[in-house]
Amino acid sequence: MECIDYQDVDIFHSGHVACAGCVEALSLRVILNIVGQDAVAVVPPSCTAVICGIYPNSALSIPAFHTSLESAAATASGVKRALLAKGKPDTTVLCLAGDGGTYDIGLQSLSSAAERNEDILYICFDNEGYMNTGGQKSSSTPEGAATGSTPLGKTTRKKNLVDIMAAHRVPYITTTSPGHILDMKAKVKKALQIKGTKIIIVLIPCLAGWGVADDAGIKAARMAVDSGIFPLYEVEDGERYTVNQLARTQSVKPYLALQKRYRHISEEQVEQLQIHTDKAWQQLLLRADQQQ
Amino acid sequence: MSYTAKRLLLTGNHAVAWAVKRVRPHVAPLYPITPQTPILEKLTDFQSKGELEGTELLTPESEHSAMAACISASLTGVRVFTATSSQGLLLMHELLHYAAGARARIVLFNVNRTPASPWGFWPDQLDSLSQRDTGWVQLYSESPQESLDTTIQAYRIAELIGVPIMISHDAFYVSHAMEPVEVPSQQQVDEFLPPFACDHFLDPKRGQSFGAPLDQQNWNRSRREMAAAMARVFAAVTDAGKKWGETSGRDYAPLECYRMDGATTVIVTMGSMCGTAREAVDALQDKGNRVGLLKVRLFRPFPVAALKEALAGVSCAIVLDRNFSCGLGGILHQELKAALYGLKPAPKIHGLLSGVGGVNVSVNKIKQWVSEYAGAVPVNESLWVE
Ligand SMILES: Cc1ncc(C[n+]2csc(CCOP(=O)(O)OP(=O)(O)O)c2C)c(N)n1
Ligand code: SF4
Ligand SMILES: [Mg+2]
Repeated sequence: MECIDYQDVDIFHSGHVACAGCVEALSLRVILNIVGQDAVAVVPPSCTAVICGIYPNSALSIPAFHTSLESAAATASGVKRALLAKGKPDTTVLCLAGDGGTYDIGLQSLSSAAERNEDILYICFDNEGYMNTGGQKSSSTPEGAATGSTPLGKTTRKKNLVDIMAAHRVPYITTTSPGHILDMKAKVKKALQIKGTKIIIVLIPCLAGWGVADDAGIKAARMAVDSGIFPLYEVEDGERYTVNQLARTQSVKPYLALQKRYRHISEEQVEQLQIHTDKAWQQLLLRADQQQ
Repeated sequence: MSYTAKRLLLTGNHAVAWAVKRVRPHVAPLYPITPQTPILEKLTDFQSKGELEGTELLTPESEHSAMAACISASLTGVRVFTATSSQGLLLMHELLHYAAGARARIVLFNVNRTPASPWGFWPDQLDSLSQRDTGWVQLYSESPQESLDTTIQAYRIAELIGVPIMISHDAFYVSHAMEPVEVPSQQQVDEFLPPFACDHFLDPKRGQSFGAPLDQQNWNRSRREMAAAMARVFAAVTDAGKKWGETSGRDYAPLECYRMDGATTVIVTMGSMCGTAREAVDALQDKGNRVGLLKVRLFRPFPVAALKEALAGVSCAIVLDRNFSCGLGGILHQELKAALYGLKPAPKIHGLLSGVGGVNVSVNKIKQWVSEYAGAVPVNESLWVE
């Protein structure tokens, strides 16, 4: 049993409008708690944009700039450079973006910001689909998952954003999950110590979009990690891979069974997903080992 | 008739999806955005049930790429469809110019929604009206039935003239409102739409290229050719509307004059507001007022001659704009004034900024504005009303 040491400083307030039970709200709370008050948030359209507050309310005590879907990283670059020009280099500029705004339409601006190594903290709440518009696929949606634009199940695999951004040699990119709050806290702390582009991908099981029970968000997030389908790991400077979990403790099958978006898939598809997960896991271990 | 239409209860967006199903475009690149997404999802649903088999649906990473794929697919010689709204249309802007310049025969359905910032999801026509100089034909629809019918007609016009066409209906008022809609049979649509044909396309056997850099004279010539094509659109819209009337029983024209016989005051507007204005006109006429409605269905090319003809002899025109061009005023108001320049005698023209940002405009409001403005001295500016 993990014992969580947590003292809330109320950067993210209660009364927000996330779906009841949504673990993105929890993640936002934990992340912003560590980031603290000296920060500016950049938020493209997404569930996060709604959770952060509908005018005239704000769920955040830090300022937020609601930008366009394709330009989170470019927008954050502008804020950061302006703060530098004003002699405020220590203020954290963070993006709070979804997977659609990151893996798809926002990838070009993220790639460019990463290449310039802009000093920003980029948080991607990866719920593996466009949930704000009612649940269509993104390039982060895993193979087999049914969405509004892939009703028979997506036929291609989830894009590996960690590898893509590691290839940009960003100083820090990592994955984390609301089922692993200590891991999340540690990674945000670590990222805040690093200058340059830091990217944290947070897996967010979407209750509505994935078809999981209102109280099963944490469970789904843990099972994603335990099955290795969403491993916890980090890459520093594009080359030092570290796996942040001891082992895989279960197959992907129970994780898939928890979610309605996989309800239609065949035994062979489950096997295929298991094979892909095994292979990716082995590859990850190999990369991590090579550094030892 | 040897073929029967069926009546379904459909939202405006689903009516569009049904039109697309009947038209059977070969390629449809789509990107989700509220309040357009139900069009995408309905088409996906048709396809997953095997009911849209001849269509390549693709869902790229952005609207910019969706439009890029539309242009290239059209220039490869096939029928194309896409749909979007607000930010999506605005992100396409660069390629809207490109599509028109390349004479791509694309049909795009836009759901009118306020542009950011600030974020809103509300019916307002600024998204499409601000694309008025891109060289696209623009049609505005009042109802789910009209959206279905216009989508089908648009293919005939686009392919005949060689121009891209954008059709718009208002967010929620039309996109999400349900009404009984007649869906034509496949045979009806197949007979109405000739098979896709174009003279130039990307084909290794022909070796024709598109879009290569050229000198000033030839760039200038490309615009003159586009102008000549645009000049043929009014007749093509008229003809398509009539022909569609013959098979469906529903006639369409670039402009619709509603109860304008003997009217001294005419409300001029576009989109869903026409439905409300129609009711206001009925109520006012019942009370003996000589008020009519001029619905602008074709906005680009702006039907200058037809507008002059329709408004000749009318003493007062009240333009209702659900859009606001900052620094100018209501776009329909300003364009109508320019169109009627030199007309003698010209009606007095009032421009009312009504419903900007999606605020509701009721029948009673319109009646009130008519009584307030019909006798008033007009000013140059468009006026904010509530
Ligand atoms: C240019 C543009 N196209 C489309 C949209 C509509 N839109 C708003 S949010 C969204 C999906 C966002 O998905 P994601 O980034 O994964 O965030 P989530 O809603 O899943 O949290 C889309 C397509 C938009 N706002 N701007
Ligand atoms: S739609 Fe999903 S991700 Fe968005 S707030 Fe609801 S549960 Fe959370
Ligand atoms: Mg998402």
